[in-house]
Amino acid sequence: MIDLNVNAQKHEAHERPRMIGLTINGQQLEVPDGATVLEAAERLGIKIPTLCHHKALLPYGACRLCLVEVETPGRSASVQASCQYPALEGLIVRTDTPRIARARKIVAELLLARCPDAPAVQQAAAAVGVTETRITKQYDDCIYCGLCVRMCEERMGRAAVGFSGRGPRRAVEPPYGKHNEACWTCRACDFVCPTGRLVSPTTSATPPVPIPSDFDRGLTNRPAISIMYPQMVPNRPAIDAASCVHLQTGACGVCQDVCGVRAIKFDDTEQAVELQVGAIVLAPGYELFDPRAKGNLGYRRFQNVVSAADFERILSASGPFGGHVVRPSDHTSPKRIAFIQCVGSRDAEHDWCSSICCMYATKECLIAKEHCGAELQTDIFFMDARAFGKGFEAYYQRAAAQGVNYIRCRPPMVEEVPGTGNLVVKYLTENDTKAEREYDLVVLSTGMLPPRNVREFAKTFDIQLNEFDFCKTTTFDPVASSREGIFVCGPFTEPKDIPETVMQASGASSKVLGMLRDVRGTLIAPQIYPPERDVAGQEPRVGVFVCHCGTNIAGVVDVTSVAEYARNLPNVVYAETNLYTCSTDTQERIKEKIREHQLNRVVVASCSPRTHEPLFRNTCREVGLNPYLFEMANIRDQCSWVHMREPARATLKSKDLVRMAVAKARLLEPLQKGAAPVQKAALVIGGGLAGMTSALDLAEQGYEVSLVERDTALGGNLRRVHYLGNGEDPQAALRALVAKVVAHARIRVFSGATIQAVEGSVGSFKTSIARNGSVERVEHGVVIVATGATKYQPTMHLYGEDARVLTQLELEERLATRGGEGLPSTVVMIQCVGSRDEERPYCSRVCCSEAVKNALKIKELSPRTHVYVLYRDIRTYGFRESAYTQARQRGVVFLRHEDNRKPVVARGAGDELVVSVYDPQCEHEVTIDAGLVVLSVATVPHEETKAIAQLLKIPLNQDGYLLEAHMKLRPVDFATDGIFVAGLAHSPKSIEETIIQASAAAARAGALLSHDAIELEATLSSVVEETCDGCAYCVDPCPFNAIRLIEYVRAGAVKKIIEVNEALCKGCGTCQATCPKRGVFIRGFTLDQIAAQVTAALEAS
Amino acid sequence: MTLELHEEFEPLIVTFACNWCSYTGADLAGVSRLQYPPNARIIRVMCSGMIHPNLVVDALTKGADGVLICGCHPGDCHYIDGNLKAEMRADAIKLMLEDFGIEEERFRLEWVSASEGPRFAQVMRDFTEQVRQLGVNPFRS
Repeated sequence: MIDLNVNAQKHEAHERPRMIGLTINGQQLEVPDGATVLEAAERLGIKIPTLCHHKALLPYGACRLCLVEVETPGRSASVQASCQYPALEGLIVRTDTPRIARARKIVAELLLARCPDAPAVQQAAAAVGVTETRITKQYDDCIYCGLCVRMCEERMGRAAVGFSGRGPRRAVEPPYGKHNEACWTCRACDFVCPTGRLVSPTTSATPPVPIPSDFDRGLTNRPAISIMYPQMVPNRPAIDAASCVHLQTGACGVCQDVCGVRAIKFDDTEQAVELQVGAIVLAPGYELFDPRAKGNLGYRRFQNVVSAADFERILSASGPFGGHVVRPSDHTSPKRIAFIQCVGSRDAEHDWCSSICCMYATKECLIAKEHCGAELQTDIFFMDARAFGKGFEAYYQRAAAQGVNYIRCRPPMVEEVPGTGNLVVKYLTENDTKAEREYDLVVLSTGMLPPRNVREFAKTFDIQLNEFDFCKTTTFDPVASSREGIFVCGPFTEPKDIPETVMQASGASSKVLGMLRDVRGTLIAPQIYPPERDVAGQEPRVGVFVCHCGTNIAGVVDVTSVAEYARNLPNVVYAETNLYTCSTDTQERIKEKIREHQLNRVVVASCSPRTHEPLFRNTCREVGLNPYLFEMANIRDQCSWVHMREPARATLKSKDLVRMAVAKARLLEPLQKGAAPVQKAALVIGGGLAGMTSALDLAEQGYEVSLVERDTALGGNLRRVHYLGNGEDPQAALRALVAKVVAHARIRVFSGATIQAVEGSVGSFKTSIARNGSVERVEHGVVIVATGATKYQPTMHLYGEDARVLTQLELEERLATRGGEGLPSTVVMIQCVGSRDEERPYCSRVCCSEAVKNALKIKELSPRTHVYVLYRDIRTYGFRESAYTQARQRGVVFLRHEDNRKPVVARGAGDELVVSVYDPQCEHEVTIDAGLVVLSVATVPHEETKAIAQLLKIPLNQDGYLLEAHMKLRPVDFATDGIFVAGLAHSPKSIEETIIQASAAAARAGALLSHDAIELEATLSSVVEETCDGCAYCVDPCPFNAIRLIEYVRAGAVKKIIEVNEALCKGCGTCQATCPKRGVFIRGFTLDQIAAQVTAALEAS
Repeated sequence: MTLELHEEFEPLIVTFACNWCSYTGADLAGVSRLQYPPNARIIRVMCSGMIHPNLVVDALTKGADGVLICGCHPGDCHYIDGNLKAEMRADAIKLMLEDFGIEEERFRLEWVSASEGPRFAQVMRDFTEQVRQLGVNPFRS
């Protein structure tokens, strides 16, 4: 008898219904009184084909496909429709006799003759082995199953459609064949129809109202119950109450009957939850600008004008068009796409730059080209190309080289070409001539706005907003709101890209960690597990649990036969099927079976180990079985869902997968997670703004910090910044920070010191610090590298030859000390000196804002001084844009020049400085007599960073900056655990960005230090002493430097063998695949285990 | 259990899929109900760079009609560059197969990301068809 785990009974548990015992195909089972034979068979995983059956509707028995043979004791067997026939005590049911097969085939032929083209009918017929019919085909669109009629009457209570006529004149139609008012146009009838007939147009004149999918930006529609977007946490469907028929009228409720685990709760209500917290982090995100507000761009007026967010969905493989780049109007592939930048950014109402649009437009162009071919024409209409982030300039240049065409212009407008769906972009070129170009698709790069209802939100939390309605923060406290204990991150404080958002989020958590250090971990209740059973030396006793997953698996795969098959595999001592293996009661049942049958290996054949392995491992652990004695076979994602039309082969494959899982399970061994002790102290290298901020944050979190600075004084580059655009005093802030660092009891400052050597790895580093001729060794668990950067020393534009040629920092120094005194009548600033050139192809990010700041300062001190800024693109991103606007308003002249026609500085006849540059706007050479020439020089990596990188074995990028683990998602980590980066050593950045990254590094480091020991993966590299001969082939390929060669003496001879540092190993298995001698393997993925799976795969089931 | 009648040869394909990208891509193909032929048997590994060339050669000399390794796209490897190491080994594997007289088309290395369910299904269809054309592996006893 098959053990059944009936955990989704229709009856409430406390009612205890009378149970009926019957036999189906020789298997006995019990079902509650009132169940039908069809329902009973489903519990056993026995497939019975149906067409007119629907879980939410009363049995009807129209299609006759579900015929079975039933026999009551003392009576002869009869053929009955199983959907209607009740389960009776002692009933004997047979679903697989030749008689039944014959009967079903005839029914299928009849159905197929009526609707030969309906896929659902074809599929049902194929399931009983019928692909062709001997009966004359009717080519009808109705099989008289009555699903639509019953749905409308039983569930919707409308009866807007019914059967009329009898015999050959029988038809499905509304009363009198006319549209009627009973119909809601809910389309439930269309939805259930197995032949795809549209019933609703016959019942109602009102066209159905689709519910647009927000996630697909209205390009597709969604049901009233849906998983709103694929990344939703938790990943569960939710009911949209406004469109749910049940919640609106009380009718329908079909989803409740269809859900196998009875998860639908119509009476769920919003709950107010009160939480006692010590700190709050606000991350409400942003809103995209709605381009309908700019009528001349035609969004939602012209079908083929989409926003960049819409286009992102169009590009997505899981998007509305399956990743085929087509335009909405006619679903043809566009040949010419235009992007229009700054829609809702950098205009009169939005005096900020959204920071991300230039790059996302570039990215979307490149991806569109990948989809459509390189010949796709992609034009980007823009003002300044703001590729200021790390690696962005190179990406931008690459895009241009791949044919993305950037057209500099004033804000364009869009018109539709009548009859074609094509669009004409009309624009003014840089030199004010009218031009226009035709496109198949226009994409609007919409900007970032504060979140919707932001003022109300701010009021709720009693925090201040800035002039643009984003959250107000300060330069030196960039994650704090105006209210103590409330921290903020993400685009809520300023439009920003992913890495900046991730950093600010970590930065906010660093501040919270500091605030709450005394109560850290107090709300965590550790789970207690029973002692582990010793299974060493035991013959494997495998238990196999095969999941129905409702009908997700059992609807295609014959799970009963899979379980039966499993029972006969070597070492399998127990096998069963479960309706839902992941349900809580099945976990209890698995534990019971482990105890009952003394199982020492568990195999679950269900879904993906990626989602469910942790659950089942935990179940094993809860009953004292080592969690690594567990293996999964993914018969849902790899069988039932992807071979829906081939049930027999899907079943065969499921057996193969189970056999492979059992083969591996037999070789599994108990594994333990190792632990590396954590030295609760940090080393911070670099005493500039980043290093000091990191050190202070970590000290506030409660850890000892050694702060090493090569210079004799703390402060780094910040010592040269004298004023900020927003009026904050950087020197006062610096003094306060240095004072705090120096006075902090948990910070030791090593100034005038250098790092000599670093040993060890995450959790336990030992570093030698040299100072004043002596060397001190400190022990620490983490390292933060904040070695900073310097400024490029120009060798051009007469710098160093003429005292009137300065860098921006030198100008700032002069303005701060001498004020407006001696300022000449004309100052010329030259941007990108040493940046974005062949030698340093990157953008230094801050120089545009620096130039604008200093230009405004000059205008403030000496309003009559003419200031010219010679630039290629002005990259005043975020709120820096408003300073740029202000500068133009105050009369600062911004003169653009071409990339390849750089300005020239020379001495004139009267020894005056003459700057000449070709102006593409008026198409001629401009010369300016300048009293001062100010160079915006590049930021360059500090030479010491390279040395530190070598000591710590961390990588640098092509430009000499430290290369983080992931550009977007892990912006302060390295691939090597325990080492973090902050500040200019990572890339050029502003003061507040430096502080944010420094706090972020402190948060990441602090999270690690908060543990007494680091729990290591169990599935790591392991050396086989008998076979490893120390050839060291695996040492260099290891991506984490986790393997080293050691020598030892045995029996007088020197032996070589490798040693794995488990704190560094991540279990990638490069060593295992490299080893020619089977001398090293990954626990849980050993060669033998994988080979056993391969061998099992090759045995035919 | 009887198989439906298939006139065509149904190859048996051993597939290694890395945990982080390709296995996830296969899951996505499942969740998206993308249909592909049921010829492959997937073995989950942590990284495509973990697969010893012997595993591939053994599978093919013991009767697999095809072997497919799926890893992350270059630059996406969870372990920095395990996939690139797999790519380097692929050339060596092909040389070894030549020694055994096995067509190199029976072995393939493909990049499938976690979001590329459709691509995973397509690779399955393509490779199954490719191996089908090659016919039964002569090593299959």
